[in-house]
Amino acid sequence: MSDVLDRADIGHNEGDDHLKIVGTRPVRPDGADKVTGRAAYGADFNMPGQLVGKVLRSPHAHARIVSIDARKARALPGVKAVITGDDFPNLADEFHEGGEAASNLRDMAMNVIARDKALYHGHAVAAVAAISSAIADEALALINVTYEVLPHVIEVEDAMAEGAPLLHRHMFTEGLEARPDKPSNVAKRNRIARGDLDAGFAAADVIVEGRYTTKATHQGYIEPHATVASWAADGQCNVWSSSQGQFMVRTYCAKVLGKEISDIRVTPAEIGGGFGGKTVVYLEPLALALSRESGHPVKMVMSREEVFRATGPTSGAVMHVKLGAKTDGTLTAADVELKYQAGAFPGSPVGAGSMTALACYDIPAFRITGYDVVTNTPKVAAYRAPGAPISAFAVESAMDDLALKLGIDPIALREKNAVRNGTKASYGPTYQNIGYLETLQAIKDTEHYRTPLGPNQGRGMAVGFWFNVGGESTAAVNINEDGTAVVVTGNPDIGGSRASMAMMAAETLGIAVEKVRPMVADTASIGFSMLTGGSRTTFATGMAVVQSAEKVIAELKRRAALIWDVAADHVIWKDGAAYCLDPAKADEKPLTLEAIAGQSARTGGPITGQTSLNAQGAGPGFAAHLCDVEIDPETGHVTVLRYTASQDVGRAIHPAYVEGQIQGGVAQGVGWALNEEYIFDRDGHMENAGFLDYRVPVASDLPMIDAILVEVPNPRHPFGAKGVGEVPIVPPLAAVANAIRQATGVRMADLPLSPPKIRAVLDAKGA
Amino acid sequence: MSQLDYLAPATPEEAVKALGAAGARPMAGGTDLLVQLRAGRARPDVIVDLKRIAGAIGIREEAGAFVIGAATPGAMLGEHAALVKAWPGVVEAANLIGSTQVQGRATLAGNLCNASPAADSVPAMIAARAVCVVVGPAGRREVPVEAICTAPGKTSLSPGEFVLEIKLPPRPARASDAYLRLIPRTEMDIAVAGAGVNLALDAQGVITEAHVGLGAVAPTALLVPEAGQALVGSKLDEAALARLDAAARAACRPISDKRGTAEYRTKIAGVLARRAAAIAYQRAGGAA
Amino acid sequence: MSKQHVSTTVNGDPVEFLADPGMTLLDALRDELDLTGSKEGCGSGDCGACSVILDGRLVCSCLVLAPEAEGRRVETIEGLAHGSRLHPLQQKFLEHAALQCGFCTPGLLMASKALLDVNPDPTETEVRYWLAGNLCRCTGYDKIVRAVMDAAAELRQERV
Repeated sequence: MSDVLDRADIGHNEGDDHLKIVGTRPVRPDGADKVTGRAAYGADFNMPGQLVGKVLRSPHAHARIVSIDARKARALPGVKAVITGDDFPNLADEFHEGGEAASNLRDMAMNVIARDKALYHGHAVAAVAAISSAIADEALALINVTYEVLPHVIEVEDAMAEGAPLLHRHMFTEGLEARPDKPSNVAKRNRIARGDLDAGFAAADVIVEGRYTTKATHQGYIEPHATVASWAADGQCNVWSSSQGQFMVRTYCAKVLGKEISDIRVTPAEIGGGFGGKTVVYLEPLALALSRESGHPVKMVMSREEVFRATGPTSGAVMHVKLGAKTDGTLTAADVELKYQAGAFPGSPVGAGSMTALACYDIPAFRITGYDVVTNTPKVAAYRAPGAPISAFAVESAMDDLALKLGIDPIALREKNAVRNGTKASYGPTYQNIGYLETLQAIKDTEHYRTPLGPNQGRGMAVGFWFNVGGESTAAVNINEDGTAVVVTGNPDIGGSRASMAMMAAETLGIAVEKVRPMVADTASIGFSMLTGGSRTTFATGMAVVQSAEKVIAELKRRAALIWDVAADHVIWKDGAAYCLDPAKADEKPLTLEAIAGQSARTGGPITGQTSLNAQGAGPGFAAHLCDVEIDPETGHVTVLRYTASQDVGRAIHPAYVEGQIQGGVAQGVGWALNEEYIFDRDGHMENAGFLDYRVPVASDLPMIDAILVEVPNPRHPFGAKGVGEVPIVPPLAAVANAIRQATGVRMADLPLSPPKIRAVLDAKGA
Repeated sequence: MSQLDYLAPATPEEAVKALGAAGARPMAGGTDLLVQLRAGRARPDVIVDLKRIAGAIGIREEAGAFVIGAATPGAMLGEHAALVKAWPGVVEAANLIGSTQVQGRATLAGNLCNASPAADSVPAMIAARAVCVVVGPAGRREVPVEAICTAPGKTSLSPGEFVLEIKLPPRPARASDAYLRLIPRTEMDIAVAGAGVNLALDAQGVITEAHVGLGAVAPTALLVPEAGQALVGSKLDEAALARLDAAARAACRPISDKRGTAEYRTKIAGVLARRAAAIAYQRAGGAA
Repeated sequence: MSKQHVSTTVNGDPVEFLADPGMTLLDALRDELDLTGSKEGCGSGDCGACSVILDGRLVCSCLVLAPEAEGRRVETIEGLAHGSRLHPLQQKFLEHAALQCGFCTPGLLMASKALLDVNPDPTETEVRYWLAGNLCRCTGYDKIVRAVMDAAAELRQERV
């Protein structure tokens, strides 16, 4: 049952002293299972009689699939099913607002399994289900695929160049003034512009310009994709998988397989990291199809190599930034050009990268142009504030150079041009209730900022922005006979959100948080929820939880009125109990939730509350980061000495998990800046498809990460929360690069800033 | 379907016999072999586990020399006080391989016989003048460590042979060693370049003996005699260090790959040789 | 293809199972013994999610062949708590919010236990270098390091 769309009129944010639970740090309710190894992740589940499913992947970066001969594989004893693209319906283009970005379902279906072309090394071409892993491997080797190898293209500018190998014959760039008459690899151009750019640059006293590049990086979750799927004889399907959204999995499986949505039930496993990379499906439709063909449940688990080769990294990019400013630091114009790799199908996050690029700045004239370019690399998937860290790297590096050229402190330069409440954002809306300036002030107030640096050390700062979203969520609060409560939602817990749901429900009901049990339900047991992503769960699902708890309170008051035989408006709810205000019944003692629950059968039946909503009013996030590095000039090795991240979080429901989001995002950003990259060889194969040579930060690579929680509440959320999970990854790329610039005296604009590159610039400088 | 067998012989003779079968491969710690098995780069028919051979795991002293069983994990080396005191460079090299978990299993012999050009323990063992005791169908023989690796992934061992133990020679007084490597992170990476330096000094602090091993800068780890000679007779002054740097760089024939360019590796080899020499000198009692 | 019979001790209990010679200890724990607490993150010894303690030494169980466990002593995450009494490391991980998705947590707890078994008073640097073989992508390691050092302090108190 849908409800009020937003909470513009609530008055919960009246002061911290009213809150007993929100803002504290209870142990998470799913904690015991997670520290004892009992929690069940994607690969920890098994169904009786299940088969092992494996995928045959293209050995070529670009090839026409001429034929697939699976007869020998099918004949191998122990093989129960072999599928190819022919076993799936052909879809028309259809867009789905599934999560971080609208995805074209037809492209997704063709990514799950190739049809006429293999578009990247690792693209799924066929799949088998067999009674053992060894037999499945043998079956894969017996599938004979005839390929016509085609030239491939990896780098974004190579893909845009005249004469580049074409991935899709019918791709004509959208978003241009006139439709081109020749196809290309540029799926789309977007443009945001305001004011008179030429006049803006003409008015500038100083201009800074730069070319910046980043490489494709992977979300790097430690848990590989895994699923168990069962297609019963009557067509009813059950899927167990770890994903960021069981409803998303259900929708995509239904579409890719041509089934009705109600035929599929998806149960969410615990998820071992997602960061956006598990907002799409890879294995689930394959496992279902194999189950359909074989008549058995099928379990599929990716290897780490498959995760790197065949699941979406984020884009590599080439960018140009030109900034114009007055001598006092006022920005007069900005021109930003972004070219992002989309991988095999359109849909890079260049749109979001464009919208966020200048979101922290109040500039009278600007133009932001973005190109979505397909390449023979895995189809990109969302990665934590998709697109924003990349464009922020370019803009924040250029701003740093501008500060240096003007002789202005980098923080002062940001403050001079800062967006405020009432500023029209570069991407459209007018900002309200933002805490951006506060994050800058918080950095200036730190001891870190005032600490002097030693030899070969440098300090850099950068700012960042992410919209955060609201969206559709359903939640239910069910009261048990003994007065305890269960909170049911449809959002997988990727960062500790279950704890926050319990805390918000307990706070609202006025009972102890230990009496509230949060559950993440399957698609048949709770109403629809958009996936966990976009930093939306605490905001939108939390809103649904609170509204459900308020409905429960209304019902509890009604029951109390019945028990006391008083008018309904003579009952109030306070601190977990109903109080009777009827002067004629002055000696009635308060009725606790437990007491009312115990009489629920006599007073009307079970006490529950459910809410479905499409939450509006998500508060955007702003952050300012400060990073100290030390360079070993002889080796180019970088040590991150110190890191402070301040962020406007609205209200931290559970501060420890908010700090955790910030620290985790910073760590990913540091890895992106220093060492992480997809390295391709001449054949378009990823050379470093493992954690040995795809170098994510290890414990000894990082210092403690100081997270400063700035709270400027969002009045649209019952407790003032803003999304927090994505903003933290936006500033670190430039914060680290700017620190290295100060330590070396040289601007390095091509990530990652690995030791050989740093040694090379120092040698060139010394020469 | 591949038929993989696993044997765990109790004596060297049993191991030799087992290794005589076609497709038999020895395994010590298994930290390289299992990765290769999984990646399909190794397809043995029989794995011969050396760990249950008596004495394969352990360190003993014989007339001042240390004898290290082939299946002794690196972590155990670090726990042996006398070994750490005499050969800190060899021990620290072994304990840079992989992670704590890997060091709980990985061995000097396995690291050597896997014959990766970037193996961490090998430059240190070469500088230490370590010798392998090789056992095979023709009996026992002793082979200097630097003669084991012939090319990436290839050794000079004949079929049926395996390294039973590694000997580190007796130490004069005022001698020590050190190993350094360059990696992009702080742990967990394959060395982009590595240098092991082993020095002996006289009572005045003059270097009387110097050996330098370099890793990841050639198809195999190198013994660089010219680099050692650059130091003999000096007190590790700037001129000696400059000669060492130049000699180290001159010996390099690296490749450019996803871990580093040839040019970078060469420069770093010189830097690491200098730094390792300084550490070894100080450990040996030379003035800083 | 003949399987080998393996007798070993897991978390103090005698167990037996049949293993393909090429099966890893990790696969044996998860598939033969239903001990799914140890996780596969990479299968190549680079992430530490499969960490167990074998005869007192911290190892990656994905780098140990199942037959090698014969006659040995294996400790996994399932044996860290005493019945329902959590080990101080487990308790401190919860108190410090040192886990988010929790996938790396079993491996990290076993690695941390192995550290405190040999070094009851580690410095922050020692903790970080010892745990370098355990990848965590969620937390940035900050709260993990704090939890380990706090647990170390508590264990030192208990011994007094």
